[in-house]
Amino acid sequence: MNLTLKVWRQKTPDDKGRMVKYLVQDVSPDMSFLEMLDVLNERLILEGDDPIAFDHDCREGICGMCGMVINGVAHGEQRATTTCQLHMRHFEDGATVTIEPWRAAPFPVVKDLVVDRSAFDRIIQAGGFVSVPAGSAPDAHAVPVKKDDADAAFDAATCIGCGACVAACPNGSASLFTAAKITHLGLLPQGQPERDSRAKAMVDQMDLEGFGGCTNTGECTAVCPKGIPLDTIAQMNRDYLKA
Amino acid sequence: MNFTVGEPLIDTKAPEGPIEDRWDKRRFAAKLVNPANKRKLNVIVIGTGLAGGSAAATLGELGYNVTSFCYQDTPRRAHSIAAQGGINAAKNYRGDGDSVHRLFYDTVKGGDFRARESNVYRLAQVSANIIDQAVAQGVPFAREYGGLLDTRSFGGAQVSRTFYARGQTGQQLLLGAYQALERQIAAGTVAMHTRHEMLDLIVADGRARGVIVRDMVTGEIERHLADAVVLASGGYGNVFFLSTNAKGCNTTAIWRAHRRGAMFANPCYTQIHPTCIPVSGEYQSKLTLMSESLRNDGRVWVPLRKGDDRPAGDIPDDERDYYLERIYPAFGNLVPRDIASRAAKNVCDEGRGVGPGGLGVYLDFRDAIGRLGRDAVEQKYGNLFEMYERITGEDPYSQPMRIYPAVHYTMGGLWVDYDLQSTIPGLFVIGEANFSDHGANRLGASALMQGLADGYFVLPTTIGDYLADGPYGEVDEGAVAEAEIAVRGRIARLLSVNGTRTADSYHRELGKLMWDYCGMERTEESLRKALERIPELRAEFWQNVKVSGEADELNQALERAGRVADFFDLAELMCLDALHRTESCGGHFRAESQDADGEALRDDENFAYVAAWQFQPEGGPVLHKEKLDYDYVKMSQRSYK
Repeated sequence: MNLTLKVWRQKTPDDKGRMVKYLVQDVSPDMSFLEMLDVLNERLILEGDDPIAFDHDCREGICGMCGMVINGVAHGEQRATTTCQLHMRHFEDGATVTIEPWRAAPFPVVKDLVVDRSAFDRIIQAGGFVSVPAGSAPDAHAVPVKKDDADAAFDAATCIGCGACVAACPNGSASLFTAAKITHLGLLPQGQPERDSRAKAMVDQMDLEGFGGCTNTGECTAVCPKGIPLDTIAQMNRDYLKA
Repeated sequence: MNFTVGEPLIDTKAPEGPIEDRWDKRRFAAKLVNPANKRKLNVIVIGTGLAGGSAAATLGELGYNVTSFCYQDTPRRAHSIAAQGGINAAKNYRGDGDSVHRLFYDTVKGGDFRARESNVYRLAQVSANIIDQAVAQGVPFAREYGGLLDTRSFGGAQVSRTFYARGQTGQQLLLGAYQALERQIAAGTVAMHTRHEMLDLIVADGRARGVIVRDMVTGEIERHLADAVVLASGGYGNVFFLSTNAKGCNTTAIWRAHRRGAMFANPCYTQIHPTCIPVSGEYQSKLTLMSESLRNDGRVWVPLRKGDDRPAGDIPDDERDYYLERIYPAFGNLVPRDIASRAAKNVCDEGRGVGPGGLGVYLDFRDAIGRLGRDAVEQKYGNLFEMYERITGEDPYSQPMRIYPAVHYTMGGLWVDYDLQSTIPGLFVIGEANFSDHGANRLGASALMQGLADGYFVLPTTIGDYLADGPYGEVDEGAVAEAEIAVRGRIARLLSVNGTRTADSYHRELGKLMWDYCGMERTEESLRKALERIPELRAEFWQNVKVSGEADELNQALERAGRVADFFDLAELMCLDALHRTESCGGHFRAESQDADGEALRDDENFAYVAAWQFQPEGGPVLHKEKLDYDYVKMSQRSYK
């Protein structure tokens, strides 16, 4: 199939940036979205042009490195799917596809589709951990954990930190990301001693980074590749108020 | 490429005495560093996967001054994150007869008697501590209704010792290490540099003293100095271009260190995983693994007749060849990874493969669905079926999956002693980047165990013994400048060729060549062909590669070209190692060395050694042999009939 791509090109963080049109031909429906871009980039390199810069690594939906807004939707229209797992068979021959980076003030564009998500690391630094130096742990069976709690903690812990939630949110809020970690650790007995201080420090850091507030639109969970549930945000708010 | 044989290599750090006491002895003998002095000692850690992330965090906790680098935009994305199955530990929580000794025994045997007994024993001892550590960090392992940890069994073992977090064990363990690392970054003990790539090692006065890195955003070349350097940069499976590794995984860090004097051990030991989604076209950029657990219920087959292109459902049972069940009636579809992989290759070579290009075999759930019902199959494998459907567009409930083997893990790596120190003093190598614990074949769920054992428990102790004699003073400026100039020169050269082919297209060709000639089955003829072709292709690369853009900007084409250049050199050494090892062992199958049943035949008399290669600028590498002794596990031939 043949497609028209409109891709955000921005040489440097200070560059104004613009949409650039590319025609791609003979796209196989079995290609992944990123492979389609690989083929275009190979062509651009041979033509002496700058290939489109985009982040990607594992290409199996788990590292969280890739992320683009495709036709206005973070990671594209297929639900619960990272950009790298999106395949071209979901596009129509002859279609026009717009590709843009995550857009949020705390995620400045580095180049083209590459953004700086280091704000997420700083939120984790503020308290997204259990303070337990290597070698100091008691036997793993010393504290049993209810299966339901372990399963719910796991569901929150599957966040891959891709930032789609922020890109989709009309307020540019990082609530789903932050709440996922607060919920994960807050549900486990190992996370209790620091539960209050963790919630407070992480939420404060999130505000400090310039992420917006949550108004419960639910756009975040709709685009989340791992389906992190919206009620984690309620859990975060409860823990924050208590702290 | 020729080689010469040098002096035997001896692990001078391995303690003597009963194997149970060796790690204790080494820990006690290792010098300690006064807490007040730790702040003055600088350690560089390259890579933030399970090994590098846990090492940097732990060294930070101990009070060392740590600088950590990763090429991703955050340390949480290293490829350990993609590990699905689980992590082994000798906890014996099931009371099913597991023990440190049994995990040790299984690992030595699974490695086909090409790993060091002392190292493997230590790994088994430390394994239990890893689970404790991870649980305390909040890693949400699977649990039973009583609140205790669940385990499952895995290939190569008869006990249930694999701890898991659904199909995302690597992710959860890595996030545990990442969070510990971020805690140290906040505490100021670790300085983190993301989007940085190591391009050379600085060796001064015979010691590793720092690295040259490139800031991948600005293109700036930076020098970082330290008292010790730790490489945790992962494996080199991407030399095959198509593998289950992440796109960014590369050999540059360890290859540059090799060129600076670190010996490279057993480069030919490659693990090929039997259940991956096959290649669908020329544009294919990577391969995706499907958990091995599928072979518990799926039946592997190909059409009996060559060139039978009917849809799977139209082929009656008596025209199907369930070849694993036929050849290995005792183990059937559950034979170990290397055997299943080679059998798939053989039937495809006979022209009986299925799917595009005939490079695939069926993994069929028809009978399991008939026996257990669709719901039960969905409960067990639902997420895997969904992943398969997403990638191939085919519904595995109504038609069999197509699978094919793919490169998955490399057991070879930089040679290290019992302290995990390479042949360059002050250079330590941990995780998949070293060669140490898996011999010629790694067991499932043991990669995560080794990475975390090295990072949380082994390295933080042994590196202290080296650092206790530090700080090592000023670094010779000449050595630093020489390394920096070399790096700048390479980059300039790559940019100046301005040829007609991209780095990726060369990488693809190299990968195909390696897969065909140095893949699942190797012969003297195929390896000689590869050794002839690789230098030609490399020469062409350096004359005809096209890298667009500039050095001083974010330039992904340049990043790739630099990595491909190093893969060429590594590929050559892999083929040489494979050629010299005329026996078959584990993941290294030489067609000339098989028994009457077509199984791998070891040659213990001539090859019970680690092959450690020393780089030489001229005249080919020097081979140093480290003899392997088995005092606790009796050497035997594997059989799965």
